[in-house]
Amino acid sequence: MDFNKKYTPQSWPDHPEQSTLEGKNKFLGFWLFLGGETVLFASLFATYLALKNKGPSGMEFSTNTLFELPLVFVMTMLLLTSSLTSVYAMYHMKNHNFRGMQTWLAITVILGLAFLGFEIYEFNHYVHLGFTYGQSAFSSSFFTLVGTHGLHVVIGLGWIILLMVRNAKRGFSLYNAPKYYTASLYWHFIDVVWVFIFTVVYLMGVVG
Amino acid sequence: MREVKVVSSIAKKKGFGATLWDYLTTVDHKKIAILYLAAGGLFFVIGGIEAMLIRIQLAKPDNDFVSAGLFNEIITMHGTTMIFLAAMPILFGYMNAVVPLQIGARDVAFPFLNALGFWMFLFGGIFLNLSWFLGGAPDAGWTSYASLSLASPGHGIDFYALGLQISGAGTYIAGINFLVTIINMRAPGMTYMRMPLMTWTTFVASALILFAFPPLTIGLFFMIFDRMFGANFFDHTMGGNTIIWEHLFWIFGHPEVYILILPAFGIFSEIFALFSRKRLFGYSSMVFAVVLIGFLGFMVWAHHMFTVGLGPTANAIFAVATMAIAVPTGMKIFNWLLTIWGGSIKVTTPMLYALGFIPSFVAGGVTGVMQAAAPLDYQLHDSYFIVAHFHYVIVGGVVLAILAALHLYWPLMFNQMLSEKLGKWTFWFFFIGFHLTFFIQHFLGLMGMPRRVFTFGANQGWDLFNAISSFGAIFMAIGVIILVVNIIITVVKNEKVGNDPWEDGRTLEWAIPQPVPFYNFKQTPLVRGLDTFWIEKQEGNKEGMTYAEPLSDIHMPNNSFIPFVMTFGLFVAAFGALYNGEKDWAIPVLVLGLAITLTSMAVRSLKDDHGYHIHKEDLMDDEGGKK
Repeated sequence: MDFNKKYTPQSWPDHPEQSTLEGKNKFLGFWLFLGGETVLFASLFATYLALKNKGPSGMEFSTNTLFELPLVFVMTMLLLTSSLTSVYAMYHMKNHNFRGMQTWLAITVILGLAFLGFEIYEFNHYVHLGFTYGQSAFSSSFFTLVGTHGLHVVIGLGWIILLMVRNAKRGFSLYNAPKYYTASLYWHFIDVVWVFIFTVVYLMGVVG
Repeated sequence: MREVKVVSSIAKKKGFGATLWDYLTTVDHKKIAILYLAAGGLFFVIGGIEAMLIRIQLAKPDNDFVSAGLFNEIITMHGTTMIFLAAMPILFGYMNAVVPLQIGARDVAFPFLNALGFWMFLFGGIFLNLSWFLGGAPDAGWTSYASLSLASPGHGIDFYALGLQISGAGTYIAGINFLVTIINMRAPGMTYMRMPLMTWTTFVASALILFAFPPLTIGLFFMIFDRMFGANFFDHTMGGNTIIWEHLFWIFGHPEVYILILPAFGIFSEIFALFSRKRLFGYSSMVFAVVLIGFLGFMVWAHHMFTVGLGPTANAIFAVATMAIAVPTGMKIFNWLLTIWGGSIKVTTPMLYALGFIPSFVAGGVTGVMQAAAPLDYQLHDSYFIVAHFHYVIVGGVVLAILAALHLYWPLMFNQMLSEKLGKWTFWFFFIGFHLTFFIQHFLGLMGMPRRVFTFGANQGWDLFNAISSFGAIFMAIGVIILVVNIIITVVKNEKVGNDPWEDGRTLEWAIPQPVPFYNFKQTPLVRGLDTFWIEKQEGNKEGMTYAEPLSDIHMPNNSFIPFVMTFGLFVAAFGALYNGEKDWAIPVLVLGLAITLTSMAVRSLKDDHGYHIHKEDLMDDEGGKK
């Protein structure tokens, strides 16, 4: 298999991410990895639910007083939109439109960075209120759950940026197509986890 | 792309440095198998020495051979080492050596990750064991329950949490690798229901790893954050809950014992069929049983927590689910017996272990069902009955399989045969010693001796049974020493055995020429049924294989030093985390270590590594495999 072979939109396969054995392996391996990640986040969610609002006696912090939905709603919209733009990027990859893909990925990255900025602001805000990492079991489990998601966002952004820069001058090949594809899978997964965080942590915290 | 002009699978004399570098950078599953076996074997000996220290201390009442504190460290490290650093890695060694050959693949799906997984296991294990020299080992038991471990002074528990985190990540990587390998890399004709049992059990055990290790990762992170970074997951004065650790640990811990025992089942299934010279009885039901055990393995974790106070409903559900596992396991036992039945049996060393395994494991299984009855478990909990039970399943199951497979697969891995005579001596010493040591512990437990006590009084009536138990341990040690002698003699003699060393090989790994060429199969084989090698031999095919493709270029991965560096970074970072808040250099070291790892990840990502091709013409000349 010659990985550096140049393709045209006509000769480009329908599923470029899975048209080599390496690609197939990466595709399957990454799905399995996401299966394990799901269990990882499930453990964090379970712990959060068990420790929600639990702290030293007389603790003033609770989900009702702490969280503000407007901010989190904006963050949710940013991340959901970024998932959509990464779908556009993959659409362009299947059509062998390299510039289109890079553009949509760039938009994805910008949205992701905006999300991250809001998250840093939010955490900073809580710490200033005295809701620090070691303040209570509630704060530890909150920061660990949402922070682990935030770390995934950082890794996802770093990954996508690295891919874009590395391949900027090279265009598509069957070598980098699976890399782009798995990075976008990862980004979707991050988005799905956030939907659960938004629901379980913020919505159920304020409304429930 | 690098071109390789001359290939030969005949070993050339290489200098020590070149050989070392070769193993440090290898991505070949056969060499990684040897690394796993060697490193796991080393930890097995260390864990064994710890076991001997335990039995010396308990040989007589009021003994002061070791102090109470040191005793706690020894039992903790014995359990942790044996489970995480000896049994699992050695089984990974066999999986690596056998599974790709068994399914007709040239390597695993991710050779680079295969190497990475090994180095992570090794560095994690070394980190954990360095605790002996850096202020004391962990001392809260291998389960490290949070209320105990949070109160443990010194850095022992920190070594435990960080060391297991690193080696656990390596195991997780290895699990995904085997899953993808088995799903995607099977040779033409190797349908799921033609896969040998070793491959099937590897497959299911890998699936268990995929879903069982993340909860452990989270539990260990909580422990690390609580102890080193001021979090409050387990501290009830801050709203935390110590039972969370128990749940997370056992959601991992129970599947973990199936991760160990399923490959052992696979090994014995191979041995019974091979040395009874008969097709495995009830193949489909064997596969079904393996999958069912794997599935049920996730449903029973709370039977380790019957006495916590989860309530009668929870206890009843988990009790019934636990008893249900006896059904598929029983199916397997009967299938093995019926495989032997009417077979043309050769009692070789591996077969001897397999025959010894059945009564031993059944005994362990029966006591397991006893403990599944929650009311009875209130009596048995935390007594020596439990110690006897889990040693019957782990030693009587997993360790016997490891020793059996060492003899079985030694010719495949090293093209030499271990001495059958010494092998049988090892078996008898080990087997008799094992029953002497642990059978009597059932009664010690029923008499009320609690587990994890560092000594007992002379007036408690436990003297004789403890002395017998310690006496038995000497037999096991002698067995292991004979094994080491056997290995040394075999390696020094270095007599080559050639193809199909057991003469009755049934599956693809025995059809391959010896020594196994580094590209495994010159042409991808066509699998024509269950026990495909046996079919070919019955039809008089001298080559032992039908091919699915004409001879063509073979694509191979390049060696890489990056896995080693990547893991070394984590090793450095772990020291930073460990001394956080105590030493000024802690945070810089943590950052430095993570930087090494992330940089090597970036290098791996940015630098194209397409591997190389072995050309058809060179393959045709390669006489690899002929003696």
